[in-house]
Amino acid sequence: MKGIFSLAYKLLVNDRAKFAALLVGITFAVFLMIQMTSMFLGVLLRASSTVLNVGASIWVMDPAVNTVANSLGMPDYVADFARSIDGVKFSVALYSGGALVKLPDGTLQPVNVIGLDDTSLFGRPKLEKGNIEDIFADNGFIVVHDAEFGKLNNPSIGTEFELNDRRAVIVGVAAVASSGLFGIPTLYTTYTRAVQYIPSTRFTTAYILIEPKSSRDIAHIKAEIAKLGYIALTRDEFIHRISHYYTFQTGLGTNILIMTVIAFIVGLSISGQTFYTFILENLEKFGALKAIGAKNSELVWMILFQSALVSATGFGLGIGLCIILIFIARIRLPDYAALITSGNLSLAFAMVIVIAAISSYIGVRRVLQIEPFDIFRG
Amino acid sequence: MATACIAAKGVTKWFGEGEARTVAVRDVSFEVYLGEMLYIVGPSGSGKTTLLSMISGILRPNEGVVDVEGTNLWSLDNDHIADFRLNKIGFVFQDYHLFPRLTTAENVAIPLILKRRSWKDAVDEALKYLGIVGLANRATLPPVKLSGGEQQRVAIARAMISQPDILILDEPTASLDGDTGRSIVSFLHDQILTEHRAIVIVTHDARIYEFASRILNMEDGHVTGITAGAALAK
Repeated sequence: MKGIFSLAYKLLVNDRAKFAALLVGITFAVFLMIQMTSMFLGVLLRASSTVLNVGASIWVMDPAVNTVANSLGMPDYVADFARSIDGVKFSVALYSGGALVKLPDGTLQPVNVIGLDDTSLFGRPKLEKGNIEDIFADNGFIVVHDAEFGKLNNPSIGTEFELNDRRAVIVGVAAVASSGLFGIPTLYTTYTRAVQYIPSTRFTTAYILIEPKSSRDIAHIKAEIAKLGYIALTRDEFIHRISHYYTFQTGLGTNILIMTVIAFIVGLSISGQTFYTFILENLEKFGALKAIGAKNSELVWMILFQSALVSATGFGLGIGLCIILIFIARIRLPDYAALITSGNLSLAFAMVIVIAAISSYIGVRRVLQIEPFDIFRG
Repeated sequence: MATACIAAKGVTKWFGEGEARTVAVRDVSFEVYLGEMLYIVGPSGSGKTTLLSMISGILRPNEGVVDVEGTNLWSLDNDHIADFRLNKIGFVFQDYHLFPRLTTAENVAIPLILKRRSWKDAVDEALKYLGIVGLANRATLPPVKLSGGEQQRVAIARAMISQPDILILDEPTASLDGDTGRSIVSFLHDQILTEHRAIVIVTHDARIYEFASRILNMEDGHVTGITAGAALAK
């Protein structure tokens, strides 16, 4: 079969115009599919950044909470109750809220403030500069060195600014796993200071973070929390909840899905049409091969090989193009949200296989229909 | 006595059904012998190409038998008929049907590639056959760069490379000027025809009749007569 595949390869590749058109079709479709889904995954990752960065195993919250950003305050007794549940190793409160920073030049910059439990500092970020103990110093804040860092004029240790009209001092610079979704810088401080600096409603606890003694205790902890009318979600469940919200309740997922389907249809149209034209133009040649002695199965293998070759090459080029675009975009837009995962690669690959299968099917049907006698009759 | 490599017995072929039925070939019987150059001649629409297609395993007859080495060709399944075409028959189509995206040598190598020979072996073998038809220096050119006569020779080399028993040519001189056409058939007669090979030619070109061993005349799907050709007479 190697020689027959070589023949199929030469017939395809030597027809440069058609080969290029086929590659452009598949590449463009793969590029769009991966680009759309990677942007979507990037948005979802950013939306769950606080959950990922804090890293707690269980998050307790009001049932109305759909995203980290729209937390609802819970009374203090919830935290006390959580600590008393069997199977809880430890439990701490977490503050999450927004504030305004007045920069030295007078401009106001919104920031996200995370207030860590004063005793344990559970969920603290990894520091690039400074010491974590300095968070207890007067007016101490730790700034996150992410894509939004520049919006605070690249502060360093000792930089001062006003936060909600109160003095704040940078005592550390931290690195986190993921930047936030909304393009605003993040500051960490203690829970107590966060509550002092930021005007709050009666209840200030945004989340209660729980570390179970073992994974077997999670179900019991969830059931106990539910008795108070609140919900306890594992980290993955909370991320899923946030993803579900952005996917199905904001229109974002639907729009990305529509774009992905459009990319698929465009790719299928271009590739299917071009491959069909390629087969039509070579129909006589396939007929001649049949007359010479090629079996139907060999011609089918030739078409499948051609289709697979174009699809695989186009898939690779599409991925490459997508990576280049994301790379270039991040040079200009450091917080450009795009994430290529095995998931969206698999989705694009599956769609390419569908495109290849449909294109091949059309081609195979025509080739099987051609009779060698048609070649003889001219 | 010469050996019959193909024997057609009462072959009939019609197209369409009911009132639209057209009988192209009616109850034709004849043999093709090794070592002969058989011409099938007749006016357009007389059933020459249809008859040729039925004896070469391309078109299934509605009635009759095509015997190849004691076996009815049309009792075989499609894959075995394809094998028969690949191993026993060499085709030279009227329009040559060369592949424009392949080189001349690669075009000639196609039957060997279909026989699962490696690409390199097949192309190396093709160079020998291009040498036989006098086109060794054209091996790397695409067919479109060749003249009509040269393309015809490439098609002959392609038909010969699998060393078939029977070479079948459909209107080989139709696209060629008189001299070129004559030289091609002369070449076939002098260089390709052997006692182990038969050549069957469909033509209406009377200028090449001098090379025929026998001439099978057709009209309206019937064989109106089989006559000895000038070559046999010589």
